[in-house]
Amino acid sequence: MLKTFKKGGVHPPDNKISRNAAIETFPIPEIAYIYLNQHLGAPAKAVVQKGDKVKVGDLIAEASSFMSANIHSSVSGTVEKVDEWIDASGYKVPTVIIKVEGDEWNESIDRSPELVSEIKLDKQQIVAKMKEMGIVGLGGAAFPTHVKYAIPEGKTAEYLIINGVECEPYLTSDYRLMMEHSDEIIVGIQIQMKALGTNQAFLGIENNKPEAIELLTEKASHVEGITVVPLKMKYPQGAEKQLIKAITGREVPSGRLPIDVGCVVDNVGTSYATYYAVQKNQPLFERIVTVTGYPVRKPSNFLVRTGTPISKMLEAVNPDYDNCGKVISGGPMMGKALVSLDVAVTKGTSGVLMMTKGESQRHEEQNCIRCGKCLDACPMGLEPYLIASYSKLQNWDKVEEAHVMDCIECGSCQFTCPSFRPLVDYIRVGKRTVGQIIRSRNIKK
Amino acid sequence: MSLLNVSGSPHVHGRESVSRIMLDVCLALLPAILVSLLCFGWGALKVLLLSVASCMFFEWCIEKFLMKRESTLGDLSAVVTGILLGLNVPSSLPWYCIVIGSLIAIGVAKMAFGGLGNNIFNPALVGRAFLLISFPVQMTLWPKPLVTRGSLFFNGINSADVDALTGPTFLGAIKQGGVEAVSNFSIMDHFMGTVGGSIGEISALALLVGGIFLLIRKVITWHVPVAFLGSAFVFAGILYLVNPAKFIAPHYHLVVGGMMLGAIFMATDMVTSPMTAAGKLVFGAGCGLLTILIRDFGSYPEGVSFAILIMNAFVPLINRGFKPHRFGVVKEVKNAKA
Repeated sequence: MLKTFKKGGVHPPDNKISRNAAIETFPIPEIAYIYLNQHLGAPAKAVVQKGDKVKVGDLIAEASSFMSANIHSSVSGTVEKVDEWIDASGYKVPTVIIKVEGDEWNESIDRSPELVSEIKLDKQQIVAKMKEMGIVGLGGAAFPTHVKYAIPEGKTAEYLIINGVECEPYLTSDYRLMMEHSDEIIVGIQIQMKALGTNQAFLGIENNKPEAIELLTEKASHVEGITVVPLKMKYPQGAEKQLIKAITGREVPSGRLPIDVGCVVDNVGTSYATYYAVQKNQPLFERIVTVTGYPVRKPSNFLVRTGTPISKMLEAVNPDYDNCGKVISGGPMMGKALVSLDVAVTKGTSGVLMMTKGESQRHEEQNCIRCGKCLDACPMGLEPYLIASYSKLQNWDKVEEAHVMDCIECGSCQFTCPSFRPLVDYIRVGKRTVGQIIRSRNIKK
Repeated sequence: MSLLNVSGSPHVHGRESVSRIMLDVCLALLPAILVSLLCFGWGALKVLLLSVASCMFFEWCIEKFLMKRESTLGDLSAVVTGILLGLNVPSSLPWYCIVIGSLIAIGVAKMAFGGLGNNIFNPALVGRAFLLISFPVQMTLWPKPLVTRGSLFFNGINSADVDALTGPTFLGAIKQGGVEAVSNFSIMDHFMGTVGGSIGEISALALLVGGIFLLIRKVITWHVPVAFLGSAFVFAGILYLVNPAKFIAPHYHLVVGGMMLGAIFMATDMVTSPMTAAGKLVFGAGCGLLTILIRDFGSYPEGVSFAILIMNAFVPLINRGFKPHRFGVVKEVKNAKA
């Protein structure tokens, strides 16, 4: 009997059409658009100016507060300007725009292909290295890793949980990474375990990736403390709290963090990036991105430098532009629909998904028939229909009472709604507004 | 490339839709409809067709001329209401009763509240209750079924017989003649459907088949039917043990009258039943209890419709009282203690 989380969840068709496409190194773009807010928290502060020469891996912006992360150049060339550029949210954000000249790397980066498995740094040094190298969570939210690894007083990290679930349909970047770079991932996990001072790590992989389960179970058998946990496929198993529940049976209390139940959750991509940061001194400036969808004639997995425009990647996969109605950064359940194809790849871009004209149309909204399917689908045990209708009425007190802040915006409710109601749209508005109300209330106190 | 669509996530949708759910309900009612056609012949067909047609017509009229909004006939909910109303009346019901019943069901019980999803009471049951109160004679005139057990599938349909013969239903006979009247009826006949009664309620077997289909299609869950039948059985059993001379044995209650139709198709209506599993159990148990109360102590021989309508009124309250269990709540309480 495979493990999974109990409450809620849905089963969208997984459509992993790019699963067998080996990772290809994507050509370096002519111009790189490197955002300064590629992470959760405050945007980084630029340390370069127009006209500066930079090499691959040079620091171009540094963390501006506790909750922030360093940003490094992904290319070598001349800084054209420090300006603004449109990002996946549709807004213009501070960006360093670099005109690419050649591919000259910072000398401190170890570019040799040998696997370095001996971990020389100690606990504090590893966390400092993570911070220096700009490591953030690569699962999507881009939470600064050094902040996560700063375990508060009185708390201990018993378990490190590595997320190889990739429950979003279509996306295969984590799968390809596990298949092609399992050795680096295993060393990366050992580094993370050392940084946390734990001797137990679990690597959760869903059973739609049997090859990855087999390969990593074999690799993990040679080292101590890492257990691969096959999980029964169910969305949203990759959500932090659901994954902890599935693997350890522990339930993160409402409004609390994984560390409150002794867990730290990281994506496999983060383990991989940590390996490069700590063992090879390589900052985070490239990642695996899946480019997929039915209009794409050649679904692919690319190793891409951050700052590469998405339009460049689409050109490479020869899509049927006439039959494309929507381009999404991320997966179909939680990804953001792009306003422009000029948007560039960030540390958190896991995939670019093209949808056909037919797929990209929403059905017309009908009356709620009180079927309760959204209640059954909600992994957080909320009442999505109720929150959405309170939010529509702008009754924020009621929205808060209905525990909107617990919502993880996984989209299961809207996926299952037979009346095609845009539940998550309303819930998101409610969550943002209630969040602001709570913050201003706390300031007044 | 043309303009890009931009919308919030999720960008994909499951296969569920309202019209698919309603179509499933129609399909699940097919066995019961088939039995009714075999038993009551053209009379049943006429009632069903007229009730579906008039429900659809009234919904269309009200949306077009009164509400001035786009027609929602496509969601098939009016068809379901029409079929259920037709199945809940005798096959000899005059045409004008059916039209009035449809108008009350669609106009008063459904559209006046804002259409599908906003109604508090089950529209078909409101229509039936209205007819029962307004036309008590026509509504309790039960044509005898054309076929008898054993020859169910071999007898032809002969409409001449239908209007000629009428007989009391099991529950009616009990109400008038006391417990001794039980011996005149066979429980197997009620199971197969070769008895008098409303068009759709006569065959418990056909209704069960439909119920299993709905369970497989996940249109309904087991909670309401099981709680409904279970509580009716338990409560009727207690009464039977207390006084077997006055009350009939509990297993009769489950197969006779509108029990199966009510428990499987009427009480499970999504709009007018609670959302959580616990809420559904409470709702179903209430329906079962009230049904037996009305059957054994009320002035009407049958109580399923009224029981469901009464419990419908409690649904908003039940939804308030029985919330889903939130993720991450148990631990919080434990931590607070520690």
